[in-house]
Amino acid sequence: MKRVAICAVAQHKIEPDIWYKRFQGMLLDILEDIQAQTGFTFDEETGVHDIVTCSDDVFDARTISNAGMSDVVGAHYRGEEKMAQDGLNGLGYAMSMILSGCDDVVYVAGHSKESQSESRNMCTNLAYDPFYGRPLGLDYLCAAGLQARAYMAKSKITEEHLAKVVVRARQWAARNPYANETNQLMLGDVMYSPMLCDPIRTLHSYPVSDGAVGLLLASEERAKEFTDNPVWITGFGSCMDSYFMGDRDLASNFALRKAAECAYKMAGIKDSKKTVDLVELMDCYAYQQPMWLEGLGFSKDGMGGEFIDASGPAKYNVNLSGGHLAGTPLIIGGLYRAVEAVLQLKGQAGEHQAADVKCAVVQSTTGGAGQFHTVLVLER
Amino acid sequence: MAHKKNRHVGVVGIGQTEYSSHKEYQNQVEMVNEAVRAALADANMTLNDIDCVVHGNMELFEMVHQPDMWHSLGTGAFGKPEFRITTGGTTGSTLVCAADNLVASGMYDVVMAIGLEKLQEGNTTGGITNMADPLWFRHLQTGALTATTATMMIQEFGEERARRAAMKYRIMMDKHAVLNPRAHRRFGLEYEQMEDLMKTSPKLVGDLRLIHMCSQSDGACVMIFACEEKAKKVSKKPVWIRDHITVHREEMFNNFGIERPEMTHHYAARKLFERNGIKNPIEYFDVFEMYDPSAWWGLDWLREFFLLEGDEHIKMLENDEWGLDGKLPVNPSGGVTSTNPIGATAMIRPAEVALQIRGDAGAHQLKREVKHGLASGFGGTLWTVLIMLEKDLKW
Repeated sequence: MKRVAICAVAQHKIEPDIWYKRFQGMLLDILEDIQAQTGFTFDEETGVHDIVTCSDDVFDARTISNAGMSDVVGAHYRGEEKMAQDGLNGLGYAMSMILSGCDDVVYVAGHSKESQSESRNMCTNLAYDPFYGRPLGLDYLCAAGLQARAYMAKSKITEEHLAKVVVRARQWAARNPYANETNQLMLGDVMYSPMLCDPIRTLHSYPVSDGAVGLLLASEERAKEFTDNPVWITGFGSCMDSYFMGDRDLASNFALRKAAECAYKMAGIKDSKKTVDLVELMDCYAYQQPMWLEGLGFSKDGMGGEFIDASGPAKYNVNLSGGHLAGTPLIIGGLYRAVEAVLQLKGQAGEHQAADVKCAVVQSTTGGAGQFHTVLVLER
Repeated sequence: MAHKKNRHVGVVGIGQTEYSSHKEYQNQVEMVNEAVRAALADANMTLNDIDCVVHGNMELFEMVHQPDMWHSLGTGAFGKPEFRITTGGTTGSTLVCAADNLVASGMYDVVMAIGLEKLQEGNTTGGITNMADPLWFRHLQTGALTATTATMMIQEFGEERARRAAMKYRIMMDKHAVLNPRAHRRFGLEYEQMEDLMKTSPKLVGDLRLIHMCSQSDGACVMIFACEEKAKKVSKKPVWIRDHITVHREEMFNNFGIERPEMTHHYAARKLFERNGIKNPIEYFDVFEMYDPSAWWGLDWLREFFLLEGDEHIKMLENDEWGLDGKLPVNPSGGVTSTNPIGATAMIRPAEVALQIRGDAGAHQLKREVKHGLASGFGGTLWTVLIMLEKDLKW
């Protein structure tokens, strides 16, 4: 299979409430950043004709949320299609646009401002069916609570383990100029932070976040027009689990395993532990970091607690950006993770740069308690 | 500009629910499942044959966030890759483009695309109004109800001719819909009623009357796409997706400029025909399924889509050349003024074209042989998607 290049990336500094700038202003900054890096245009012959955006009608309280983006992603007399899942799927889709021959350069941009809604839980409560789930008060936080309980029992995860994950995330976040929450914490701060949704404590949960990101993708033939230092998408996989939580084994990582299997197969990875130098994953809640690492094959099944004790996350360079836990908006969580992995592969991650990264794995999730997972493999 | 398809993609299965204003007897999941089962049966496939699912509708119409999660109970996406892609009214056609890209890319061999809407469960005009910018336009917008095109056509062609033409177009569409058992609104209008309807149909905005406007419908449409090798294996009459183009435009409507800007409809058609070497689209195509949200828009847009000039499109209407036995039949299905479950609407267009090419459309099957079809999607701030479908792999 041909390779698809990521030529350039840009990210907006994540903040708890970017009240002073509309999402259009944020996206314009991103566009101008990538144009400055690559010199790409919207020329009718040689420029970008197809754009993949990522945003959410419910979080924006706006029908066709991409309509408001068209001006600032260059979609005037151009194609524009909105990924209405986590944005990492937008990279998989943009990849297909290039591999299919539909186009050879695709601009991908996303925004999400969680601060605009009264509560994230109010938005994600609407993801549940109006008959059973919604009246029960289910939302993505409650669903995660149920999953956390099941997973912690299975993989012998303690309060200390979760606190270690959060403390480490904040340490790395402090080195990332785009990270949202960089206050340093002691284990006790996390372990005795107020209970949010049993067993998830306040500091186990990512803070409310606003942000915007962009990436320029191109075919192998055209990538050199935009960069001397491309990063290649070599694997993509995704998978859906069942909707009703009673139908699922919540601690099984069913969807993530299948998504990873597909992405690794495409990239020719036989053992992720040997091949992968860096992992950026979407850990909205602390328990998810060890759990998704099991699903991605870095930790043995049911051994997440031991994996943390053995400093597994440090060994595999997991979330050196601070990860989702340091604050990344939903909807574009996976895109931020991908942008960070690209910077690492390009050797442009600054103070949180890892040594000699050749292959990175990016993971994101959509829906309640990881109902849907996406995995992307990037290589230098 | 690329547009050299990595591999051919064929339509091998089509499933539609009946379309109606109310479907109290089924929820969204059950409605989707009905169309999924119909498409699988049509393709002679089971869920095991589907490599990837593509899903789309408008979240704020039914007020369900990331509805593909819940709908997965009916879509069959369990254990499979899935994409949810939405672009407003164009969603259905965007899903077809996406499925075409995903199959052509080599990433998946068989992709099932699902478009749906259950407008009964929401407030459609409120939902559409909610797309307008909250600071600048939301207080002004009236959903998709606008008489701008009517006013412009009246200015250009005179009151009498423009009004008669819009109503003739509407009655023609109803006559087509009557033949389609799935169509939502089938009034049985007659051309003799034209004068009467021009006076009595309630006014919505200016010269846009209730009868001109599309319905609010419930329903789902599903299409299954396969790579050439599989398509030829599973289907006796695969219909080939030749090319597609998506053209969006800036957010603000420029209605007041001195010069009318080129419409996306015209731009999309111009580019698509040019790169496929189609010199005379009226001669080339055997059928056109258009997303015509109102009679005024439908009639006006025919001029844009076929790169016509002056009053050519109105003359063709007056001479019955857009009818079932005309030069280029438009919307044998009855189109969008009869049936509009928004997230499915733009997929029903290529689905109906594919049925015409296969010869399986039923009572509204055209008498002529249908080899070359065109389907359009409309959405957002006057966005266009155009899809070309072919009977034979010869182009």
